[in-house]
Amino acid sequence: MLESNKDSLKLEAMKRVVGLIAKGKNASELFPAVVKNVASKNIELKKLVYVYLVRYAEEQQDLALLSISTFQRALKDPNQFIRGSALRVLSSIRVPIIVPIMMLAIKEAAADLSPYVRKTSAHAIQKLYSMDPDQKEQLIEVIEKLLKDKSTLVAGSVVMAFEEVCPDRIDLIHKNYRKLCNLLVDVEEWGQVVIISMLTRYARTQFTSPWKEGAMFDENNEKAFYDSDSEEKKDQTEAQPYIMDPDHRLLLRNTKPLLQSRNTAVVMSVAQLYWHLAPKHEVNIVTKSLVRLLRSHREVQYIVLQNIATMSIQRKGMFEPFMKSFYVRSTDATHIKTLKLEILTNLANEANISTILREFQTYVKSQDKAFAAATIQAIGRCATNISEVTDTCLNGLVLLLSNRDETVVAESVVVIKKLLQTQPTQHSEIIKHMAKLFDNITVSMARASILWLMGEYCERVPKIAPDVLRKMAKTFTAEEDIVKLQTVNLAAKLYLTNSKQTKLLTHYDIRDRTRFIRQLIVPNEKSGALNKYARRILLAPKPAPVLESAFKDRDRYQLGTLSHSLNTKATGYLELSDWPAVAPDQSVRNVEVIEPVRNPDTLLIIVLLHACLILTHKSGSESEEESSEESDKTSSDSGKSSSGSEKSSSESEPEQKKKKKMTKAPQKKSKPTANLCLLRFIPVFPMSLQVTTPSFGPVKTYELLHHMTGKGLSAKYHFSRQPCLYQPSMVAVQVILTNSSDHSLEEIHIGDRSPASLNIHCFNTIERLEPEASVTVSMGIDFSDSTQAANFQLCTKEDQFSVSIQPAVGELLMPSTMTEQDFSKEQGKLLGMNETSATITMATANTSSQAISKQVLCAANVGVVSSSANNFHRFAGRTVSSRALVLVSLELKESSTALLTINTEKSVMASMLLRDLKQALAQA
Amino acid sequence: MIHSLFLINASGDIFLEKHWKSVVSRSVCDYFFEAQERATEPENVPPVIPTPHHYLISVLRHRIYFVAVIQSEVPPLFVIEFLHRVVDTFQDYFGVCTEAAIKDNVVVVYELLEEMLDNGFPLATESNILKELIKPPTILRTMVNTITGSTNVGEQLPTGQLSVVPWRRTGVKYTNNEAYFDVVEEIDAIIDKSGSTITAEIQGVIDACVKLTGMPDLTLSFMNPRLLDDVSFHPCVRFKRWEAERILSFIPPDGNFRLLSYHVSSQNLVAIPVYIKHNITFREGSSQGRFDLTLGPKQTMGKAVESVLVSSQLPRGVLNANLNPSQGTYTFDPVTKMLSWDVGKINPQKLPSLKGTMSLQAGASKPDENPTINIQLKIQQMAISGLKVNRLDMYGEKYKPFKGIKYMTKAGKFQVRT
Repeated sequence: MLESNKDSLKLEAMKRVVGLIAKGKNASELFPAVVKNVASKNIELKKLVYVYLVRYAEEQQDLALLSISTFQRALKDPNQFIRGSALRVLSSIRVPIIVPIMMLAIKEAAADLSPYVRKTSAHAIQKLYSMDPDQKEQLIEVIEKLLKDKSTLVAGSVVMAFEEVCPDRIDLIHKNYRKLCNLLVDVEEWGQVVIISMLTRYARTQFTSPWKEGAMFDENNEKAFYDSDSEEKKDQTEAQPYIMDPDHRLLLRNTKPLLQSRNTAVVMSVAQLYWHLAPKHEVNIVTKSLVRLLRSHREVQYIVLQNIATMSIQRKGMFEPFMKSFYVRSTDATHIKTLKLEILTNLANEANISTILREFQTYVKSQDKAFAAATIQAIGRCATNISEVTDTCLNGLVLLLSNRDETVVAESVVVIKKLLQTQPTQHSEIIKHMAKLFDNITVSMARASILWLMGEYCERVPKIAPDVLRKMAKTFTAEEDIVKLQTVNLAAKLYLTNSKQTKLLTHYDIRDRTRFIRQLIVPNEKSGALNKYARRILLAPKPAPVLESAFKDRDRYQLGTLSHSLNTKATGYLELSDWPAVAPDQSVRNVEVIEPVRNPDTLLIIVLLHACLILTHKSGSESEEESSEESDKTSSDSGKSSSGSEKSSSESEPEQKKKKKMTKAPQKKSKPTANLCLLRFIPVFPMSLQVTTPSFGPVKTYELLHHMTGKGLSAKYHFSRQPCLYQPSMVAVQVILTNSSDHSLEEIHIGDRSPASLNIHCFNTIERLEPEASVTVSMGIDFSDSTQAANFQLCTKEDQFSVSIQPAVGELLMPSTMTEQDFSKEQGKLLGMNETSATITMATANTSSQAISKQVLCAANVGVVSSSANNFHRFAGRTVSSRALVLVSLELKESSTALLTINTEKSVMASMLLRDLKQALAQA
Repeated sequence: MIHSLFLINASGDIFLEKHWKSVVSRSVCDYFFEAQERATEPENVPPVIPTPHHYLISVLRHRIYFVAVIQSEVPPLFVIEFLHRVVDTFQDYFGVCTEAAIKDNVVVVYELLEEMLDNGFPLATESNILKELIKPPTILRTMVNTITGSTNVGEQLPTGQLSVVPWRRTGVKYTNNEAYFDVVEEIDAIIDKSGSTITAEIQGVIDACVKLTGMPDLTLSFMNPRLLDDVSFHPCVRFKRWEAERILSFIPPDGNFRLLSYHVSSQNLVAIPVYIKHNITFREGSSQGRFDLTLGPKQTMGKAVESVLVSSQLPRGVLNANLNPSQGTYTFDPVTKMLSWDVGKINPQKLPSLKGTMSLQAGASKPDENPTINIQLKIQQMAISGLKVNRLDMYGEKYKPFKGIKYMTKAGKFQVRT
């Protein structure tokens, strides 16, 4: 029929073919006959042929090529619809040979007058990229161009392409940021979701955290502290009232109306944006909308409830007024029920616990037994969290023991066991009660739990325990393994506590295969030493189990994402970065301004500046006093002309000190010349540059104390990479302490440390930290050039938490500045044993000199040595404690391999550093 | 984004597959079947299932599973919302969304799916635009098509996709210009054993059917807009105007659409329209249980309560029920243990009741929970929250449209615990 010359017949045939495809049957043998019809005038026929082509072109590449010319012709058609659909199909044919044709077509379509065609080209970018990732660079150019597009039709698609092809090229967004924010409301709903999630990531890298608000700094204290050091008084974290970047505000303001969207995905994505970006007190506005989503379909409820569960752990207050919306209905699906239960448990506090418990009582009776069991666990969690109701809960659970359903009873026994363990007060009544019920319980887990409880608290129920054991001994062979084990355990424990009564019984057990216990027990009749030991093993105080939410850890994933839903990292999940400590230059978002230069030249300038300073320094330095005085002057002089150079001078000062030690005979030159020399360099670089912080790339922040383990106190730290103020042999560490509990924490200070010899310069005791407030403090730690972790205790008035800081080897260094000649000279002294080298393979993205410097400086705190040869990169540093030179050189070979050499006396550090650098350069 | 879509019917057959990128073998659905087996009820299948290489996100509507295959991170709600939109579109096109309807119209389904997604990213989901691209099948058109050989695919790019009002096409013409609005409110409530309300809230929607010529600009105002606590709009509503004046101002899409859905603020007490007197008991040791249910109207402002349907999932031990309704009919399914009683209209003079006995499995112990009773009902001519539309005006066109507003109250998730 396909060969027929009547369109209607052909159409009929194509419809049948499509029917075959839909059923998943193979229709590929019809390919030649179908392809002929690609040029048909009948639009419906044409469409069906397109459907067929897209499905089978991959399998029949040669024949598919026949159709290409038709598409090429259609791409020039005056009708935008035909141009668009031709590009759609052309880009959907996954035949590698036509990549160049596709590239050309995409480029042309991106400049098309019709926004519809431009939108199609944005889609085509992703298709081409997935087929041939080598085209990345060219495609990024197209994306850059399309990002500038002002049409709302294009915006969503191009951001999608951006996310797929180059999510890390955040620099492309800068200039379009404000436009995207303003267009957002008018973009179609699917595009909104994509744009919002992209902007969330963007904002996290570009704005400072709004959560520091209210952080209290003890001004006087801080000042007195820094007065001792005259030069380095400027602390970047010095308390300044937080002012939100107007662009940050713009984003929040423009997304707010979208909470009213009918599309649940849009609402969810705005909610996660507020959660991750808004100041804490503004997050509450999303609550209502999220609760509204609960009216939607079952699947939507499931995802929304998961997200609410995560949110409600951290912010009870947000959802408390809506508690009743989470009441369970008997018609809900089981997983919805358990999620609601989870949220109710999270919301429980002293005020509402009685209402919640009453509600739980209804659930326990539910016909859905899995749900009833989950409710019992939830009651257990409420009981541990809120001490006032522990007894009520226990009594309620004991009542449940007489329930007829086995699973319910079993679950209650297990929960009671856990509760008693956390509260080992006088609960002998309950244990006695359980002993009575013991005969009726058949679920092995519950039986085992009761036996365990008996054993554990046998001193409290001296009469019953032996009885139970006697009963058990009779039925021992018929029991399940876990019960047997606990019986034997009980016997052993009883034997130790009151051996008189149990002597008669032990033979039952010995007769059975309880060799291990027998060996423990039998010898102790003779020797007292082992007896003690056995007692220690069996009756050691058990740590109470912690009953906590399964959603506790989920906050590490961005809300609303697939990864969050599954609680594992999904492929392609993009980590949400932490807030930057310092906001990147906001002027980059100004559209008019030409973007500041970001190229290797800047590096060169810094190096020149450093060199220049050293020159200045050398010239004036005869003694240490004089030199510092000198550099004060230089920097204050230069400070007037450029803020950038001021910083650099302050940072390079310690290096200068080192330098001075090396140069035994400093040359005398006059001050003015040196200053002139410095000033001459200043006009060289643009004023807007802020490049003098020695650490390039993002500062990595590590977790010191999680707020769950820290009872509300959380701590994060990062290496500031600045010379330590307290002692030159220390590494400076900045710790951000945050109080995420609901009461203020007092007297935060550092307690015991291990090893005891560890030399730490502590921060001053923080008298008081309000809820939601955070404070940044600096510490100095002398790691003595080893990566051994520094363990110490972080104490509050009530609690002590052991924490440890493990430095990466790169953080134990400080940059050293030297010329190429000096480098080679020093390298020459450190050969043989002191040299470590390896050939490494680098990621293709890292082969440019800029990228190499960035990666190396990111991994290790070293300084760049200017190099005359293009394929040679050199970096120099010193270890912080012993001031041993560390020289890193990288020789580029062909095809992204390179020879990495490290010269230093510290060979252990060298090999570790080598490994770290290798890793850093291998990843893009 | 969305890689492939599989449609699976209740008996576990994959009856349609569509791929937007390279082909994913249908064996990926085995993971879904596994999860389905593990779940006791069809509703209990988790919406998100991870497999070694893909993620499956599924939606169950009309006893059909719509399973989307995802390869990398994407907001799950994005996919779920899209799948629901697909179902809505099918329903809009074929009237019903059943396996038979999809199979009969497989070509239209394919064309729709092709237009709705490009490379897995939603392209056109607005039903007005889709209808311009692909004409919905009607009996008349099928006949005309077979005779003349014309097609049901639009010849032109729909104007909507390019204009500032993407939801409305240009050149709409009607001889009778009419605009109807339905205010439908649903009561969600849980009533406890003693008859006191545990939780009750009102959710409402305004559905519209607008058949107006040209580009009309409508405004709709309420007598008591303050009742609306949380609202979500069709994209056509001008948000700024609502924020400032509490007036709905919009250029409507053509045909049926949902203008607004809202939540009535929880401060207002919710009037519960019916009460239930119940006495369901099982005695220990006996194989009989008593069942006694009486319904009565309450707070209905003089309006009749209609289409009342009472249903309850009886405990597993119940073998059969022998009941006697004073009006309407009842059915009991001994397999699912579902009792449903179609009451009809409640007559306040003669209250409907359902009385009788239940026979229990011999030897089985007394069920420890009494069943929950679900109620459905309708009250015409009343919005239970008291929301009232003040006026509807039209600008931008010269003719006088015919306007109409209808109110209705329904029971949503209305449960009585016994």
